[in-house]
Amino acid sequence: MHGDNCQCSGPKCNSSGENSGQMDRRSFLRKSGLMATGIAAIAASLAPLRELTDMTSVEEFLQKHYQELTPEQMNKALDRITREVERQYSIRPHVRDLKPMDGVEFVYALNLTRCIGCRKCVHACVAENNQSRSPEIQYIRVLKMPNGTFDMEKGDHNYAPESVPEKGFFYMPVQCHQCHNPPCVKVCPVNATWQEKDGITVIDYDWCIGCRHCEAACPYWARRFNFTKPSIPKDQINPDMAYLGNRPRHQGVMEKCHFCIQRTRAGRYPACLEVCPTGARKFGNILDPNSEVSYILKNKRVFVLKEDVGTLPRFFYYFDV
Amino acid sequence: MKLIRDYSVFLYRSGCLAFRGDWRYYLWMGFLSVLCLVGLNAYAKQIVHGLIVTGMSDQVSWGVYIANFTFLVGVAAAAVMLVIPVYIYKNEELHDLVIFGELLAVAAILMCLAFVTVDLGRPDRFWHLIPGIGKFNFPGSMLSWDVIVLNGYLLLNVHICGYLLFCRYRNTKPALWFYIPFVFIGIFWAISIHTVTAFLYVGLGGRPFWNSAIVGPRFIASAFTAGLALIILALQIIRRVTHYRIADKALLTLRGIVQIAMIINVFLLFNEVFKEFYTGNLHVASANYLYFGLHGHHALVPWIWTSIGFNLTAAVLLVLPASKSLRWLDLACVLAIVGIWIEKGMGLVIPGFVPTPLGEIVEYSPSLNETLICLGIWAFGFLCYTIFLRMSVPILQGTLSQAGENAPEPKESSNTLTQPVS
Ligand code: SF4
Ligand code: SF4
Repeated sequence: MHGDNCQCSGPKCNSSGENSGQMDRRSFLRKSGLMATGIAAIAASLAPLRELTDMTSVEEFLQKHYQELTPEQMNKALDRITREVERQYSIRPHVRDLKPMDGVEFVYALNLTRCIGCRKCVHACVAENNQSRSPEIQYIRVLKMPNGTFDMEKGDHNYAPESVPEKGFFYMPVQCHQCHNPPCVKVCPVNATWQEKDGITVIDYDWCIGCRHCEAACPYWARRFNFTKPSIPKDQINPDMAYLGNRPRHQGVMEKCHFCIQRTRAGRYPACLEVCPTGARKFGNILDPNSEVSYILKNKRVFVLKEDVGTLPRFFYYFDV
Repeated sequence: MKLIRDYSVFLYRSGCLAFRGDWRYYLWMGFLSVLCLVGLNAYAKQIVHGLIVTGMSDQVSWGVYIANFTFLVGVAAAAVMLVIPVYIYKNEELHDLVIFGELLAVAAILMCLAFVTVDLGRPDRFWHLIPGIGKFNFPGSMLSWDVIVLNGYLLLNVHICGYLLFCRYRNTKPALWFYIPFVFIGIFWAISIHTVTAFLYVGLGGRPFWNSAIVGPRFIASAFTAGLALIILALQIIRRVTHYRIADKALLTLRGIVQIAMIINVFLLFNEVFKEFYTGNLHVASANYLYFGLHGHHALVPWIWTSIGFNLTAAVLLVLPASKSLRWLDLACVLAIVGIWIEKGMGLVIPGFVPTPLGEIVEYSPSLNETLICLGIWAFGFLCYTIFLRMSVPILQGTLSQAGENAPEPKESSNTLTQPVS
């Protein structure tokens, strides 16, 4: 199979004689022809790139990590975001960089006796936090659980009865637990996600490289990835935005519940709490001994989900009775 | 200075070889180039529309990209199974073959890097990963370790191969201090690339299917099996399409090593299956899904049983004396490669996500676009390996050397690489 096809291995057959110049030219032409074909083929295969609409601006490309931005650079970044939002959604947003408050550590407590599984929190969250409507991104997942078990495999994620609550079931909403020992933060290769002083784990959407390791690491399935360009109807944009909170995200980055940073760091309650018709959701500062959450944690039968994984959530479930 | 000049001439001259060959070589290279371009085209689409063009979802957030990556890290690591016998046990037959293993490692790492890149949602921000310039979560994040060990391994192998070939080209004796230390570092480094890659999974406490101490050792055992099997096949192709002589004895030595690696691999698999199913606690859900299906979902079941069938057949073949004949050995190698590819890829990555930590079952299967990108990257890898061989075989045979620099080039080299490498 070999041997017969090897031709002369001596010196070039045409290395002497007057036609060598011609040969050189011919081989040069052939080479450049080949090269041109190659470049054309590569260009043709890259053609889909012409549809690229959401190009990264130089400014965004070069922007540093959130924690390294000087106040000036932060102002510039906020400016850029304002401009981008205005261009895309024809609405002038109010984008702020809200810092954690001193002496505050946020904690959430959810009363499973009261939750009726109406999913109002899910939709309030989507509206408040400018989540993509198509494809749909939701931070809160409500599980319909049969009474008598905590095996989540028995939970129903897609329940859709005429009316809730249904007999024989209880409902368990799950969102980011703002873990004290967050595995998502540990695995991120570029520190694009970290825990702030007030206990909120945030994401710098301009720094995340979209490796989705954090998504695999989270034991509560709290993280959501922008698999494509998020789409939000212009008239549904919430213009009250925070850098680490609900400003619109780009394609290819991670997001998740951040306890409504744009609200809670400005002294308001999270959107999911405000909308809850049964008062099942409680939120507050655990460092304040007189807060409602402090009372609940001291006096109710409280538990956390998957205690065995050692994440130490700041999201507690409790029963009234 | 002169050295640098010489080295560039060496690179240039061997690089030129990559463009020369007979019609079969051109056909093979043309075929691979077309596949690469098809993959590039698919990737361009993915850049525009995002990872939505893949089969992945929030529920199953890693797919075949990471599966192939995992498998190929193993292939790259397996080169040490040639290095150890040669440099530690002074095995003579394998001595000249080490370089082919190391070149395969280089090609495999290049593919790994490509697979990681296409998996990123924001490849434009890759510079965030560069230590010093970006912000590198080291040593906390296993992924940052992986970036270091993979690139380090690439550099080590490029250095060793480049230096040894260069010396052969100049017909000088390689200076021991300039490559032996790297060879030994490379041995540990090879183990580390695989261990660190295993730790990407093992470190996730919320995923019981991965969070088990045996995953690391199993990674290494299966990597050595599949990687060496690939090397055995590659060597046979080399000796068929070039005039490079490779003794049967060398192949049989490799068979001995694969044999043991395969037995260990099957043994560890058995351990894992026992632990999952004998205790039968709630954490067995993923394994159940993989082997038997869960609540009416069984996308992976045919895959994993095919894999187990292949692995066991390969193990039996390797143990039987029949595989002393190369035909049976080849069959065993092919079965082992496919079996382990399925097991390390689909069998390890996907079930970790099913069910989700909240008990939801969403199945995954790769989309067409995703598959095309994978094919493109594999073609790219084969292309690289073919070029490496095209450059190195004439040097090893002495037909391309510094002495011949000023002499006219041979019109047609006696080495043609026209066969698929695997
Ligand atoms: S719940 Fe998940 S996303 Fe939230 S802090 Fe914990 S690990 Fe991170
Ligand atoms: S997806 Fe983004 S936030 Fe998550 S680990 Fe990767 S870089 Fe970090």
